[in-house]
Amino acid sequence: METQTIAQEVSEKTAEPAKSPTTEVSGSEALLEALIVEGVDTIFGYPGGAIMPIYDALYHYNDKLNHILVRHEQGATHAGQGYARTSGKVGVVFATSGPGATNLVTGLADAQIDSTPLVCITGQVFASLLGTDAFQETDVINITTPVTKWNYQVTDATEIPEVIAKAFYIAKSGRPGPVLIDITKNAQIQKFDFAGYEKCEHIRSYRPKPIVRPQYIKEAAGLINSAKKPFVLWGQGVILGSAEQEFKAFVEKSGIPSAWTVLGAGAIPTDHPLNVGMLGMHGNYGPNVLTNECDVLIAIGMRFDDRVTGRLDKYAKQAKVIHLDIDPAEIDKNVKSTVPVWGDCKETLPMLTALVDKKEHTEWHNKFKDYTRQEVEQVIHQELNPTTAEMTMGEVIKQLNEITKGEAVIVTDVGQHQMVACRYAQFNQTRSNVTSGGLGTMGFALPAAIGAKFGAQNRTVVAVIGDGGFQMTCQELGTIMQSGIDVKIVILNNRFLGMVRQWQELFNARRYSFVDIESPDFVALAAAYRIPGKRIDDRKDLPSALNEMLNNPGSFLLEVMVTKENNVFPMVPQGCSVAEIRLK
Amino acid sequence: MDNQEIHKQEYNITVYTENQIGLLNRIAIIFTRRKINIDSLNTSPSEIESIHRFNIVINESEDVVRKLTRQIEKQVEVLKVYYHTNDDVIWQELALYKMSTDVIAEKVSVERLLRENGARAVVIRKDYTVFETTGHREETDNLIKILQPYGLIEFVRSARVAIIKNSKGFNSKLREFERLEPGEDVIENEYLNKGQKVFTM
Ligand SMILES: Cc1ncc(C[n+]2csc(CCOP(=O)(O)OP(=O)(O)O)c2C)c(N)n1
Repeated sequence: METQTIAQEVSEKTAEPAKSPTTEVSGSEALLEALIVEGVDTIFGYPGGAIMPIYDALYHYNDKLNHILVRHEQGATHAGQGYARTSGKVGVVFATSGPGATNLVTGLADAQIDSTPLVCITGQVFASLLGTDAFQETDVINITTPVTKWNYQVTDATEIPEVIAKAFYIAKSGRPGPVLIDITKNAQIQKFDFAGYEKCEHIRSYRPKPIVRPQYIKEAAGLINSAKKPFVLWGQGVILGSAEQEFKAFVEKSGIPSAWTVLGAGAIPTDHPLNVGMLGMHGNYGPNVLTNECDVLIAIGMRFDDRVTGRLDKYAKQAKVIHLDIDPAEIDKNVKSTVPVWGDCKETLPMLTALVDKKEHTEWHNKFKDYTRQEVEQVIHQELNPTTAEMTMGEVIKQLNEITKGEAVIVTDVGQHQMVACRYAQFNQTRSNVTSGGLGTMGFALPAAIGAKFGAQNRTVVAVIGDGGFQMTCQELGTIMQSGIDVKIVILNNRFLGMVRQWQELFNARRYSFVDIESPDFVALAAAYRIPGKRIDDRKDLPSALNEMLNNPGSFLLEVMVTKENNVFPMVPQGCSVAEIRLK
Repeated sequence: MDNQEIHKQEYNITVYTENQIGLLNRIAIIFTRRKINIDSLNTSPSEIESIHRFNIVINESEDVVRKLTRQIEKQVEVLKVYYHTNDDVIWQELALYKMSTDVIAEKVSVERLLRENGARAVVIRKDYTVFETTGHREETDNLIKILQPYGLIEFVRSARVAIIKNSKGFNSKLREFERLEPGEDVIENEYLNKGQKVFTM
């Protein structure tokens, strides 16, 4: 530039721009342009030296891209997950190199196991410094390989458009998952001729959906039509495939009792007559016991997690198994199927529905009702209508539900409160239960609730969190404060790491080893972040406090003191068969 | 589990992949995570530009191998994975033996040695001679035993390479693969050898 005369410079600036289809942009700008074409509106992130060029570019994109500054990068991934789970879109996260990137690992692992689409962009040191133990250099690609669906390191700006297109395509297609793109600082700065951004629609070696084989659909329909006691288990695959309508049509025509995994909750409403309850370790009595009595088991978009199956060698041995899944690696992984139905359930379910007979299965349904009756008598009634002085987690969830009419998004952390919320919350809409299912990550709920609210801005978002888990990521109250978002926080405080205490009570002869947890004044903590709050320990205050929380125009923290030593039942003890589920 | 399932034997896993940095790590993790030892691993460019072929040998039950191959196939850059028992493949390992030329000349009947073991002298220098054999493990092991008493200086063996007896070759397998599991807009095999034009990256 110095060698140019001023006249030259002026004439260049006033001249008609050359009719070139390309423009010169930096790698950072190309990245942001790509995000806009991908329909990204919200980014959760935290800056640092190695990602500064991207943040610098972001400064000018303020009107198009909403960046939410979290307080810890783990919070960014969970927020991205919450966003993805409520919106059905891809969550986007920015972090710097080294410590910023390593802080993403928990969220990536969580997203990977729960099939949540995320695109994480991390800054990296200059390419020339790679492998030199430079300041804040970490081998992020190798660290994140086991916890991503795909990852890639960009060292040259010209790669950015194609790599980002590939990242989004991989994150959201087939069985979704997290993708991490590590971009060296030189690539962020480097200018290149940007020929525009094209979305990726095909990668030669990648088959997001297996081809549907009609002969298996026929075989599956044959089995279903001849079944006396068919039973449907559905998982998050139904929601990820946006196949809620197709699923409903299938169960309604076939009349088959259907039970859900924790991540499948809400795909059809909780009170749908064919919805017989929750599966798994703390699931409902009937669905667990009758898994070992059905003659045909139809698993839809679920992966037979060990928390669902209990002891595998005693799991549904009497049943013929039909397994519908988009991921071929899930079929026969844990439970051998009689008929494998590879494919996207949005495609396979209608094909199956067309071939199944319309039925009622009244007698079989009555069996489920018998078990429900027993469970209500022995567990649910006491939990929801306690006569004890102290409140139970169940009654809090029940009242919350009644007030929100089952329309709220419930984001839960991990522990007893999570299982109680999943058991007793009513989900009238799909994408309403946001929880860490596969990884069971404490600290998930508060940041995930922030993301969930951004993903579903017109819905009420309530985070239900234990006193332990809240303290793992409570710094995200700062994110709530700064972004002014409306998240209702309910802390169910039992003054214990409750779920671990329950195990110690039941299986370690009450040796309560390090589960007694002290907490700060949560209401005062919230107040420090300018979030109003309230603490209650009397049942009579519960409805008014819940109403006050829900009617408050912004965020609100409600701490409810609940019984210290309460257990979540029913329970399939570790290493037992689902039929050995205990009611007490 | 019936006997068939827990019966362990050698399996040859053949993986066709795009040529991508980091993929070896992704594939290796699938084994290490399950605490499965890789007995032999060979990776090299295939006859098709920008496509690599891995040969991996493990000793496992078929059930485990089947699940492994599905997990490997899940990797974005993996095109196709096959697994075969030893009966289904023809395989070779290459071995090199370095011996003192003096010792060889004095004490061993080189000619006999070469003939009986199908070995070839690759290099003959004043100070040392390098022999080469190819074959199954027992065959290459055999020559070690023979040479050891004469002061084997150095020995190296390659990983196993294997060719599938029954295959129509990768070209037609890929064609079949793309026919059975079509991606959007992918017809037949027109993309073969087009490298960069086909891959989105
Ligand atoms: C990051 C992490 N650390 C440890 C655990 C193990 N764990 C599972 S539940 C639980 C107790 C949770 O206690 P709290 O948050 O108070 O919820 P509660 O069970 O009392 O409802 C613990 C420690 C975990 N799931 N995640």
